Formats: sequence, C-alpha cells, structure tokens
Amino acid sequence: MNFRARAETIAWGAQRASAAVLGVCVLVHLATILYAVRGGLTAAEILGRTRGSAALALFYGLFVVAVSIHAPLGLRTIARETFGWRGGALDLAAAAVAVFLVWFGWRAVGGLFG
Amino acid sequence: MSATIEARIWRGGAAGKFETFSVPRRESQTVLDVVTFIQRKLDPTLSYRFACRVGMCGSCAMTVNGRPRWTCRTHVARLGDGPLTVEPLANLPRIKDLAVDMAPFFDKWAKAGGKFVPSAAEGADFARVEPESEARRQADAGIECIGCAVCYSACDLVSWNPDYLGPAALNRAWTLVNDVRDGGQEARLSAVAGDAGCHACHSQQSCREHCPKSLNPTASIAGLKRASLRAAWKGGA
Ligand code: SF4
Ligand code: SF4
Ligand code: FES
Repeated sequence: MNFRARAETIAWGAQRASAAVLGVCVLVHLATILYAVRGGLTAAEILGRTRGSAALALFYGLFVVAVSIHAPLGLRTIARETFGWRGGALDLAAAAVAVFLVWFGWRAVGGLFG
Repeated sequence: MSATIEARIWRGGAAGKFETFSVPRRESQTVLDVVTFIQRKLDPTLSYRFACRVGMCGSCAMTVNGRPRWTCRTHVARLGDGPLTVEPLANLPRIKDLAVDMAPFFDKWAKAGGKFVPSAAEGADFARVEPESEARRQADAGIECIGCAVCYSACDLVSWNPDYLGPAALNRAWTLVNDVRDGGQEARLSAVAGDAGCHACHSQQSCREHCPKSLNPTASIAGLKRASLRAAWKGGA
C-alpha cells in the first residue's frame, strides 16, 4: 500500500478504536456523575475526593486521549465534505486541534487530580 | 386509475426545464415504455438510453419521482396515480434530456483497480476455486452488478465529494480482492483506500437501498475497509 492509503486506513482505524473507548468512557463518566451528585455534593467535596486519586487521573487522562483522536478526525471529514477542503493544510489543522484538546484536557485532569 | 399518465420529462442539459406529456395508460407499462411512447409518437427529439429492456444491460437508469431507478423494470402502476416525473440520473453530467455522461462513473471503476490482473502465466491450467470458499462467496455476493449507476446517483457522498470513487466501483474492487487468481491486490488496496475511497463511506446504505439488483455495496466497502486495515497493519509493523 502507498503512503496515502496507509495513512487514511490508520486514521480510519484510529477513529473506530477511539469511538469504542469513548463509548465506555462516556458511560462510566455519566454513571459517576449520577452517583456523585445523589447526596448533593459541593464542588469542594468533589475536589476532596478526586485529589490524589490515581484511578481518576488515569481514567480521565485516557478519556482525553480518545477525544483528542476522535474529534479532529471527525472535524477533518466534515471539512472535506462540507467545504471541500483537502490536502496537507487540512491534516495540519486537524493535528493542531488534537494538540489543543490533549493540552487543555490534561490540564483540566491535572486540576482535579493535583 | 386515470386513463392517461401526466408525464413530466426533463428537457435540455444542465440548464433546462420540465415538459409535460400526456401518455395513454396501459397494462404492465414500465417507465421506459412511457418514455419510448413519447419519443416515438409525440416528440422524436427526446433523447434517452436503453438497450435490453429486461434489466440486464444497466443503461436505462433515470430519476423517477425523485428516486434513481432502472426504468425498464419499474412499473408505472406501482408508482401510484399522481404525475410521473422523469429526470436524468443525479451526480453525473447531463448531456441532453434523460441522457447523462457515464464516463466519470466508469473512469472511477478503472481508478479503483477494477481491472482483473492475471497472476498465472499465459497457457497455465485453469485455476480451481472452491465454490464454497469464503472468498468465492464474497465475490459472488457482488458480482451481479449491471453497472447502472443507480447507487452512484443515490450516494450523498458523491454529491459532496465529486472525487469519491462511489459504491459501484468499490463493490467491483471488492469482488476482485476476493479473486484468488488476481495478482494486483497491493495496487488495488492503495487505489481504494485513498482519501476519496472506502474509508470515506458513511455506511448508511443508500446504495443498498436503491440497487435494483439488491446488491449490498456497503458490505463490500466494509470488506475493503477491513482488508486495507489488515494490509496497513502488516505492512506498517
Ligand atoms: S453506504 Fe457509502 S457508498 Fe453507499 S450510499 Fe452511503 S456513503 Fe455512498
Ligand atoms: S451496485 Fe447495483 S445499483 Fe450500483 S451499479 Fe451495480 S447494479 Fe447498479
Ligand atoms: S434497458 Fe437494460 S437494464 Fe433497463
């Protein structure tokens, strides 16, 4: 397979795989929220539980990675189909969105954890 | 049912308008019969295409009441009592009246590696392909395509991205991917997995819904996605 075909194929595989991870993450996230607010928690109480929890940092860290793979690939497809934008500049823009999402996502996770 | 059919027929090329004809209703009348009646009795300048009239050649497809269909096997009676609207197929350049330019459609078959590449030397014995083998069954599922472009005309992705190879060309490529005698698989997978190829398909099955031969190009495209993923995995390690 040539480079372009391999790249497109890997992008497709990455989007399917990240979708599967996201499916699980969203369910766990929703269940956690429902459980956490049952007794009417305050922000301080929530932070009290999340600080120092390695499991939480790991889970949300993974969640952020899955989002950062899935969303830029989806936006890239929309840009192609809706605006006819294709080629190297589009790939760079998608990569920039990925970096942005990882950076801010992990910063938010760091805020809950640290 | 009324004794006559009010047929609105597209006249002209990309720019044009509908013209209405009154055609006597008959038993077992097909949309192609209506168009042929108009051309023979009412207006000999009407252009359209057909050949076999029995659903084999794939040349008579048009947009009938908004849906792409094979007109030689579409019975007017089954479309209800309202006016009949016939336009050329969507997603292809209009030449004149009901005839479109099929060249972009078939060019994509070539682009998608739709040509058989023999792997055996000339004069070699017949290859033996088990009828029950998985590859043979996969190829069988897609092989009855008549090249009518109904699926191509029904595919939104083609209208959004004119370079998209489309359901029929990709279905053809899949039948060859499953042809154990073919020696051109590497080039074919490169051709179908580019940025306007199988991975762009939304899998919403409009092609399958409209295919008059009840083929399932979506499944063929899913097969190409898996095959290219396997190839990328192996080659990329
Ligand atoms: S399933 Fe794929 S090929 Fe078929 S109509 Fe939808 S986008 Fe087009
Ligand atoms: S797959 Fe079906 S609709 Fe598409 S060209 Fe072949 S026969 Fe026609
Ligand atoms: S005329 Fe041949 S398929 Fe309709």
